[in-house]
Amino acid sequence: MHELSIAMSIVDMALEEAGRRDVTIDAVHLELGPLSGVVADALLFSYEMACAGTPLEGSRLVIREVPIEVYCPACKAQKILNSMQWFCCPECGAPTSDVIHGRELAITALEVRDERPTATVGSS
Amino acid sequence: MSAQPRLLEVRKNVLKQNDLIARALRERFRAEGTFVVSLVSSPGAGKTAFLEKTLSLLRQNYRVAALVGDLATENDAIRLARSQAPVKQITTGTLCHLEAAMVERALEDWEVGSLDFLFIENVGNLVCPASYDLGENLRFVLLSVTEGEDKPLKYPTIFNSADVAVITKMDLCEAVECDEAVMRANIQGVRPGMRCLAVSAKTGTGVEEYLEFLIERLAESARQHAALKE
Repeated sequence: MHELSIAMSIVDMALEEAGRRDVTIDAVHLELGPLSGVVADALLFSYEMACAGTPLEGSRLVIREVPIEVYCPACKAQKILNSMQWFCCPECGAPTSDVIHGRELAITALEVRDERPTATVGSS
Repeated sequence: MSAQPRLLEVRKNVLKQNDLIARALRERFRAEGTFVVSLVSSPGAGKTAFLEKTLSLLRQNYRVAALVGDLATENDAIRLARSQAPVKQITTGTLCHLEAAMVERALEDWEVGSLDFLFIENVGNLVCPASYDLGENLRFVLLSVTEGEDKPLKYPTIFNSADVAVITKMDLCEAVECDEAVMRANIQGVRPGMRCLAVSAKTGTGVEEYLEFLIERLAESARQHAALKE
């Protein structure tokens, strides 16, 4: 399980962003594809641990799971895969390894509140 | 009172740090003319035996070395050292996978000189290594005939992240009633078009084809490098 180290990276990146912009963070929005190798439930669990003792403690991790989207060479179009076990076009059945979406593991947004001018948010 | 919450759009790849180091490694390997192959598999699939065979055969004509990741022991490095190729162990402690920074660190004080091939044996794990680019040219995923034909279907992510599948322990294929054709079909299911090799490090079955494939890829990589320079 490597979700804890991933969660710690997420917390570090969010804190850095918060420090730079002088904001406090209520929630971190994350895009997650099944081909990232990261499991959403394990990540949610790890996130709470990773936040403990940091200014992110009590914040939420909002995960948007992205389906696997492939390019079908026969249909010449992007299609959403039906099953991770069979990389083929859901309509015509042509096999394809051309993955367009599904590897995502990215912070897409932060729910923030502006800090009062005197307050500071540490990045450590 | 706290200010009103608002949504701040950002776009940050969580593994950016790893990817940046991997990219720098890849660039460095390319400049040095080193072809890098990483090996992933479940524990016990035969990575070390496969690598030992690879190193002892390749070192007759090529400069080869290996980095070996393991949680706790140095046994694999000791085994691989029998091939007389330079081998360095990366002990990951509790970490279940290698990251690009570990490869970078391992290379720092390692006087191996210039290499034709560098092999990186990942920790035995079919889940976590999928997420981490190590700067390799090719990622091999190994599965042994004893693991069941449906292994690729159970771990589609790592099979999808790999470039080449290697079915190992072919000498046991008949004894464990493994249907090689089904195994190959399952590999193609999760990664259509993936190159698939079948070998036995013990008897040498398929090893020649595998080495030819590697040598051809090294030559191709050198040609590409030369073309870029022109």
